Amino acid sequence: MNVLNKVMIIGVTSSIAEHTARQLVGKGASLYCVARNAEKLDSIVKDLNVRAPNSNIIGAVMDIRDSQGHMKLLDDAINALGGLDAILVAHGTLPIQKDCESSWETTLVEIDTNALSVLSLLTLVGNYFEQQRRGVIAVISSVAGDRGRQSNYVYGAAKGMVSLFMQGLRNRLFKSGVSVVNIKPGFVDTPMTVGFEKTGPLWAQPDSVASGIVKAMEKGKGDVYLPWFWAVVMFVIRHIPDAIFKRLSL
Amino acid sequence: MRLAQFPSRNGPFTVYGNGRSYGDVCLTGDATLLKTRHLDRFIAFDPDTGVLECQAGVTLQEVLDLTVSQGWFLAVTPGTRFATVGGAIANDVHGKNHHSAGSFGHHVISLELVRSDGEILTCSLEENPLWFQATLGGLGLTGLIASVRLQLLAIESPWMRVVSQRFANLSEFWELNKSMEANWPYTVAWVDCLAKGANLGRGVYYAAKHLDAHSFQSSESLTPKPLSREKTLTFPLDSPISLVNNLSLRAFNSLYFRKPVEPLGGFAHYVPYFYPLDAIRHWNRIYGRKGFYQYQCVLPPQTSVDGINAMLQAISKSGQGSFLAVLKTFGERPAAGMLSFPRPGATLALDFPNREGHTQSLFETLDSIVHEAGGALYPAKDARMPAELFRQAFPAWEQFAHYIDPQLTSNFWKRITT
Repeated sequence: MNVLNKVMIIGVTSSIAEHTARQLVGKGASLYCVARNAEKLDSIVKDLNVRAPNSNIIGAVMDIRDSQGHMKLLDDAINALGGLDAILVAHGTLPIQKDCESSWETTLVEIDTNALSVLSLLTLVGNYFEQQRRGVIAVISSVAGDRGRQSNYVYGAAKGMVSLFMQGLRNRLFKSGVSVVNIKPGFVDTPMTVGFEKTGPLWAQPDSVASGIVKAMEKGKGDVYLPWFWAVVMFVIRHIPDAIFKRLSL
Repeated sequence: MRLAQFPSRNGPFTVYGNGRSYGDVCLTGDATLLKTRHLDRFIAFDPDTGVLECQAGVTLQEVLDLTVSQGWFLAVTPGTRFATVGGAIANDVHGKNHHSAGSFGHHVISLELVRSDGEILTCSLEENPLWFQATLGGLGLTGLIASVRLQLLAIESPWMRVVSQRFANLSEFWELNKSMEANWPYTVAWVDCLAKGANLGRGVYYAAKHLDAHSFQSSESLTPKPLSREKTLTFPLDSPISLVNNLSLRAFNSLYFRKPVEPLGGFAHYVPYFYPLDAIRHWNRIYGRKGFYQYQCVLPPQTSVDGINAMLQAISKSGQGSFLAVLKTFGERPAAGMLSFPRPGATLALDFPNREGHTQSLFETLDSIVHEAGGALYPAKDARMPAELFRQAFPAWEQFAHYIDPQLTSNFWKRITT
């Protein structure tokens, strides 16, 4: 079982990350919470303080696309927590595919937010954990990264890049005892998916996805689909021959 | 806390918490639902004073999970802990301790109300008192309740001491009720509504109080958690027909009445004591696709003895009964809100499987008894009360209407004002 006492969370205002934070402080963890929106971050830190009055919970405001600042951010977190057991990278945006199709600039921003900023963080944290010879790197990517589909392939490409990067990192850090956990949630009822018709059995609640994340981090799993049935769904999606797949409107 | 806000587009909207009302106060035909469950953050809790500040989408269960281990309980709780704090305020819910503690709204210190024009009103007995009274029991129509400050009740253990006693008929109930209410903060009675004649109104009386620290610590069998691991069963699907029918009811009611009672008292953990139905998810499916109605009324003190008697006679005569026939008296404390349901008198709550015409005609008979007795029906549990009965029972409704947010509505409100 991996220790999760000192955890850094990037993008804690994401609903899934916030619920994960609640479960971690419920188990006695101290947290270094990073988010872009100061007001939302403040209300989350307050909430976590009420839930766990004896835990050390620190908030830091930062736009994570500023990769120049990543080294300092990591140092600050390690200093504030007195070490680091795990990082959960949860920030991201869900772009409107049509906007990306008509603008390379928009596409680039989305790739930067959803992929490049993650790769920069993982490079630094990976080296730190490699030296420490333990640690958990968990990233919330998406089932969308498993195969490009016309409805959201820019988002999918970014998540896919993160997934491939993590496969390699996991391979490299295995011998150092570092877990690299790729979380792939399906449809989750969060503010990110506002505007979707959220009925039917495919929709999960953020707190149940959060319990799956904590379990996967503790156990040091590799690729984790949440809820589990997405593993089956995506297995099928990945194995549809391209001759057929390209004709589908997915 | 400026996180709760109306959508930028125009309404109408209906505010929806966790959907635990039995009727249509949080439902809409053509408006857009504003779902508040994601407003689920705590803001502050002081374990010395028991004052909790939180957003309105926090459920009562989430409050208790935080506070019971620190020695604080909800000052008033309804029969489900899955309701949100905002919903408990909007329906000014009550519990088994109304005679000693009043309703949920009596323990709200202040609340923040967000209006669709962007205005944010802090409401309390001192600040914007009329807005405060309109919003307590205001059925979610005065605005979006963003955050709340609640005064909790100090407890010494998570357990309850519970006594139970049978009563043979209604007059025995009234007598027993008088002595029990004087000594116990929580009281409620189950009534066998199929019993007739001399047995009319027979039932079992339950009284309880929070267990003190000394008894808790000296009894080794009591643990902080319920004794049997809290099991949640799920009723898997709609039953094709209602499993609540004459046969099952007769069997249930006569068995329940003969269930062993504990006049000297026993112990119960707060979860099974306050929230027995929460243990079965989707318990309503037992009633089949047609569902059920709850009929809950309150009759004023001067008419309640005759009125309850007449209602039980009408129900028993109709042969339609319910598992959950609950009788309790409310205390004298003036209502917290303009449209609060709890008021001095006796309240009777009954679940009826929906047998369409049969059920509706029974309700018409009951309505006329409630009307004559000067009583009221409970909006949070209603799906069919006639508009005239509402207006008679809630005379402040016209004053209340001035405080309704122009962007908010509900099926209930349309139904009883048109």
